[in-house]
Amino acid sequence: MAKQDYELSWRDLEIGCIVTEPGSASNYKTGDWRSQRPTYDFTKCIKCGVCSIYCPEPCIYPNEEGYFEADLFYCKGCGICARECPTGVITMVAEEEQ
Amino acid sequence: MSKRVGMEASFAVAEAAKLARIEVAAAYPITPQTHIVERLSEIVADGEVDAEFICVESEHSAMSACLGSAAAGARTFTATAGQGLELMHEVLYVASSSRLPIVLAVADRAISGPLSVWGDHSDAMATRDCGWIQVFSINGQEAFDLTICAFKISEDPKVLFPMMVHLDGFHVSHVVEPIILLDQEEVDSFLPPFTYPFPLNPDTPVTMGAFGPPVIYTEAKKAQEEALIATKDTILEVWNEFGKRFGRYYAPIDTYRAEDAEILLLTMGSFSQTAEIAIDKMREEGKRVGLVKLRLWRPFPFEELRKVVRDAKVLIVFDRCLSFGGTGGPVCGEVKAALYAEEKRPKIANFVGGLGGRDVLPEEFEQMVKRGLEMAEKGQERTYEMIGVRE
Repeated sequence: MAKQDYELSWRDLEIGCIVTEPGSASNYKTGDWRSQRPTYDFTKCIKCGVCSIYCPEPCIYPNEEGYFEADLFYCKGCGICARECPTGVITMVAEEEQ
Repeated sequence: MSKRVGMEASFAVAEAAKLARIEVAAAYPITPQTHIVERLSEIVADGEVDAEFICVESEHSAMSACLGSAAAGARTFTATAGQGLELMHEVLYVASSSRLPIVLAVADRAISGPLSVWGDHSDAMATRDCGWIQVFSINGQEAFDLTICAFKISEDPKVLFPMMVHLDGFHVSHVVEPIILLDQEEVDSFLPPFTYPFPLNPDTPVTMGAFGPPVIYTEAKKAQEEALIATKDTILEVWNEFGKRFGRYYAPIDTYRAEDAEILLLTMGSFSQTAEIAIDKMREEGKRVGLVKLRLWRPFPFEELRKVVRDAKVLIVFDRCLSFGGTGGPVCGEVKAALYAEEKRPKIANFVGGLGGRDVLPEEFEQMVKRGLEMAEKGQERTYEMIGVRE
């Protein structure tokens, strides 16, 4: 999309708000719904991928070192990954905390 | 060649759908609309038109199926009335905001309760703000003609809006009258095949009915409003072309003996013809009375209305619906709003009647004129009165 959503005037919209660009839902940042964010202690991670399977988004993929990590552009902070992780890698922290 | 036949208006609407070569009808029967889809289902079953007739389990499903059909690029028709239109309600908004051409014939009926299958405009008025183009026909001929025109208007690339053709339940829908039917060649020459610009097609995928977050919704509504207002040019073009080809001209507003009239009656739908009888009688008695017949309800013809009522002293608006606890009749509320900013405008009196199939006789239109004048003189015209109600 050439323009960002907030730059579109009513004249820019397709008839009936039809979306003509396939897969454009991936441009939608669901990460800003989040009030909690996952943090990781990868020393405990056994790379089983259970977090990735349970993620309802699904936005958890292996990083360059093979550890599973959420894409914060999409992660809504539901905490299911932290609940399901068998080795306790993931801790959810409030967004305002560092 | 056109032929003049004696035919029930409902059947004429079904004939119009057939002649328009509809490809899909999804409908559920409900009084007083049933004869339209009953006749249409026979027409489809007999192979007179190459269409799918989808028997659905409710009007909500009927309109939902119509969404899918129109989105796939098929010429789509349905019909309903009263409670059926109410059950369609939420889907009506999806059709208009998605800009899907669908033609819907409504045999207007009262809304329960008490349960009434008889005619008035309560069902139509509950859909007033759903974003459809809406026209009211006065008789079976108009219902037939306006249905043919509705496909051409609705599917025009400059329009792409669904359109309701209203015909008063029983007073129009069930009346057998002489109707001039067009033949297939005439309709084919007038109505081109439907091509939707973004049909659902796996080769060119699109998303319809997507999520509209706060950052987009306001712009979407503005675009919808501007587009609906802009349909009026095409409505006028199509009606004009229809008139040139077939000799029957339609306009957003018609008048009857309104030149030099000091008092104007305003009606919408079948009771306009009853009002004409009353106007003729009052004219014979030397009263300067005329009639304004509102045909195009949405988009509302503001300019045309202002022009025809400007020189009148009193305007008497007759509504077949009551907006409870509100301004009285919805048509009158609209008319008053249209004229509020005008420096020169008539005093306006409002009468509500003809509810749930109650007849309104020519004498009652005479009473409305008499009483409307009194109300205007006494400055009581800001309220409304019910006509024909037993005190």
